Amino acid sequence: MTKEKRKDFIRIHNVSKHFGDFVAVDDVNLTIGQGELFSILGGSGCGKSTLLRMMAGFETPTGGTIEIDGVDVTALPPYERPVNMMFQSYAIFPHMNVEKNIAYGLRKDGIADNDITKRVDDMLGLVQLGDFRKRKPDQLSGGQRQRVALARALIKEPKVLLLDEPLAALDKKLREQTQFELMNIQDTLGITFVVVTHDQEEAMTLSTRIAVMEKGRFLQVGEPKEIYEYPRSRFVADFIGTINTFEGKVTAAHDDAITVSCPDVVAPVHALRDTDIDIGQEVCVAVRPEKIFISLEQPEDDGAVQIRGVVDDLGYLGNLSLYRIRLETGRMIQVSRQNRRRSAKRFVEWDDEVWVSWRPRSGVVITSED
Amino acid sequence: MKQSRLITSILAFGYAFLYIPLVSVVFYSFNDSRLATVWGGFSTRWYGELFRNDQILDAMFLSFRIAATSATFATILGTMAGLILVRFGRFRGRALFSGMITSPLVMPEVITGLSLLLLFVSLQQLIGWPGQRGFSTITIAHTTFSMAYVAVVVRSRLAAMDESLEEAAMDLGCGPLRVIFDITLPLIAPAMVAGWLLAFTLSLDDLVIASFVSGPGSSTLPMYIFSKVKLGVTPDINALASLIILIVSVGLLLSWAAMRTRSS
Amino acid sequence: MATTGESKTWRRVTVAIPYLWLFIFFLLPFAIILKISLADPIIAQPPFTPTFDEQGGLSITIDNFLFLLTDKLYAITYLKSVVMAFSATVLCLLLGFPMAYGIAKTAPSVRSLLLLLIVLPFWISFLLRVYAWMGLLNNYGVINNTLMWAGIIDQPIQIMYTDFAIFIGLTYSYLPFMILPLYATLERMDLDLIEAAQDLGASRTQSFWDITWPLARPGVIAGCLLVFIPAMGEYVVPYLLGGPESLLIGRVLFDEFFVNRDWPLASAVAIVLLLLLVVPIVFMQRNDANLEAAE
Repeated sequence: MTKEKRKDFIRIHNVSKHFGDFVAVDDVNLTIGQGELFSILGGSGCGKSTLLRMMAGFETPTGGTIEIDGVDVTALPPYERPVNMMFQSYAIFPHMNVEKNIAYGLRKDGIADNDITKRVDDMLGLVQLGDFRKRKPDQLSGGQRQRVALARALIKEPKVLLLDEPLAALDKKLREQTQFELMNIQDTLGITFVVVTHDQEEAMTLSTRIAVMEKGRFLQVGEPKEIYEYPRSRFVADFIGTINTFEGKVTAAHDDAITVSCPDVVAPVHALRDTDIDIGQEVCVAVRPEKIFISLEQPEDDGAVQIRGVVDDLGYLGNLSLYRIRLETGRMIQVSRQNRRRSAKRFVEWDDEVWVSWRPRSGVVITSED
Repeated sequence: MKQSRLITSILAFGYAFLYIPLVSVVFYSFNDSRLATVWGGFSTRWYGELFRNDQILDAMFLSFRIAATSATFATILGTMAGLILVRFGRFRGRALFSGMITSPLVMPEVITGLSLLLLFVSLQQLIGWPGQRGFSTITIAHTTFSMAYVAVVVRSRLAAMDESLEEAAMDLGCGPLRVIFDITLPLIAPAMVAGWLLAFTLSLDDLVIASFVSGPGSSTLPMYIFSKVKLGVTPDINALASLIILIVSVGLLLSWAAMRTRSS
Repeated sequence: MATTGESKTWRRVTVAIPYLWLFIFFLLPFAIILKISLADPIIAQPPFTPTFDEQGGLSITIDNFLFLLTDKLYAITYLKSVVMAFSATVLCLLLGFPMAYGIAKTAPSVRSLLLLLIVLPFWISFLLRVYAWMGLLNNYGVINNTLMWAGIIDQPIQIMYTDFAIFIGLTYSYLPFMILPLYATLERMDLDLIEAAQDLGASRTQSFWDITWPLARPGVIAGCLLVFIPAMGEYVVPYLLGGPESLLIGRVLFDEFFVNRDWPLASAVAIVLLLLLVVPIVFMQRNDANLEAAE
């Protein structure tokens, strides 16, 4: 993933989709650059699949336009768009073998037979299905079928490849493997990918940029790190990973920090500020579990937020341990800690009294209502 | 869950109820006596007489021609109707279309027969066709009610089919018409075959409608059988019935066995 | 989905073909029946008065309908047809529901064979199956012979040519039509639901009424209508198995038409029968829509 400026390739302009009274997609705007691996992330019913289908041509927008590589495709039927889709169910034609499935799109384009054979060969190599040419779909595993679906879509060298929940049906190990394969293929071919998923881990791993979608609108669009470290709404903060949120009122504002008085936290909370914030404004301070430290003794006073609490529950996950700490105020927070050292004794036990602390830079201020 | 005794006995009774008449017919077809149900010894003479009976053979031939023709037309029209109802979404007049395609399934045959005969008579008055009622009128009538059955079979197969297959084909560059020929039809082919067979059987079996819309000289097999059995049980009809029972049973059992081996 | 102009035309053509066919050969004939029911019978070819006379004026009569409404015989016949069809439907349901349920609960390998055996009679000529009953019900037919041979009776009982014979014949012929939709609905039902109900304390009877019956209802309705509606207009069964006094409306229509050559009256009989059936037919189509939506 390079940092060079990408050319604007897909332009979604004020697109809406209404089904009767129900608004599935609500006046969204989005620009996707060429060669991006872009993910649209959201829960079920948020409108992401509808948006994808509009890009593929299976739904017509109620309003707005969709432009691909400078061409307005809004009114074009799916068979005339330079876009191909990998369906969630893979949609492999059961009455054709692997070879015929992959070649199908090329036949529709009227390409010569020897060209087709060569291209199918190349594609089979790319997705590592060389030995499976003549197999029928019912003789393939789920992962193999997915690769056929991918090959079938890619062989047409579309300008954009749309992927509908590509990894949903795979088990964990296969999913990890496929994630990297997808990224490699995309990097090799340079095709713009648009992925729709509900799995935030998938989105974070694969994407150059993510759009978080809820109730037909985009809540935040940005690079994975930006979305994770600087969520701009409670929904986004909570949707990606876990987060601790503290509601409160701003009591003081300095050059680059503010102080917030949160009822859940005894001491005042300091946090970075990156926008204009007024004293007295109601805000939310959000802190990720991995950014919070636990110690048995009170840590040195170096400007960090320090609070006392009691270990309510703990869970061992192998590489991490998760802790639920009940603060003095009764509020429960989540802390995670890498198990860097191997020792027979646990770091802390249930009902231990501990100090939790985090650096002011770790807290993100969320000012929106969402 | 184990089957309750009551249900098993009802099942047994039900199957017996369904099959005893058939078994009895086959049994008596080998009866040497002319009094169809008084046993006079084992004989296959009635089967022999069947094959010498020209009237039956003519009627059979006519019925087969009508059945094959009407089944083919019914399959084409019924498949179109099935596709329309499941894949074409909403369009003006859909409710009426849906009503028209499902009504023939239950409409009493006397009504369908009467209505079609009156239509043919009116057409005759208006445009001079059909002059002679027979093969064409019966075929038209059979096509009309059979297509409703084909539509049902095709519809259920279409509903069970993964719609994203057709979308995938369109996504890959296939126009909507080509999709039907490349993807949909091959996948519903078994349903179309089943529909054809169903239409064939229905046509072969129809008495009432054929009676209304046929003309002099065109007597279908059921019409011939009916004219004979009106007077009571006859041994040669026993033989005919047994033959049909045998052919149908063997045919169905063979196809069932074939499907079993295919899926295992 | 966006469609091109060309594909829109193809769609229209595809819809038009079966639509036109059905309109001409299914719907239009009903209008013609209505027209003829408003005519007088005459000795001519065709045997009814034209709707428009030579001067182009309308010449219709409602005599046929008046006759139907005033003649007691017709009222009784219609009523009898309803009762017969209804009784056959009930018996088909009583017999068919347990059978469908039983089949749905057997192991899948056996199930297909059992279903095949239900469908097999359906593929054998309807006419021949009714004929088969003639051999059984006759005075010297199988049933009587067996009963006499077993010493249960001395004289043959008159079963043939009675209303009872028609009743048996109707049930026999239409039983597969009841079993198949019932089976389809029951098979789709999750049997875990019944076990869940019993786990929560419902007895077998309770779990049947609380769980099985409501879920099976659409199939029951479909099956009942698939039997009742055609049975109302049955001709073959009453003719072959019934006596001269057991008149059902299907037979009356046929006789008026072919024997009395009174086309207008036959048409009127058909119209009244259609009117009686409109409600069940619409009900059936609504039920079908519910079944489809539930899938």
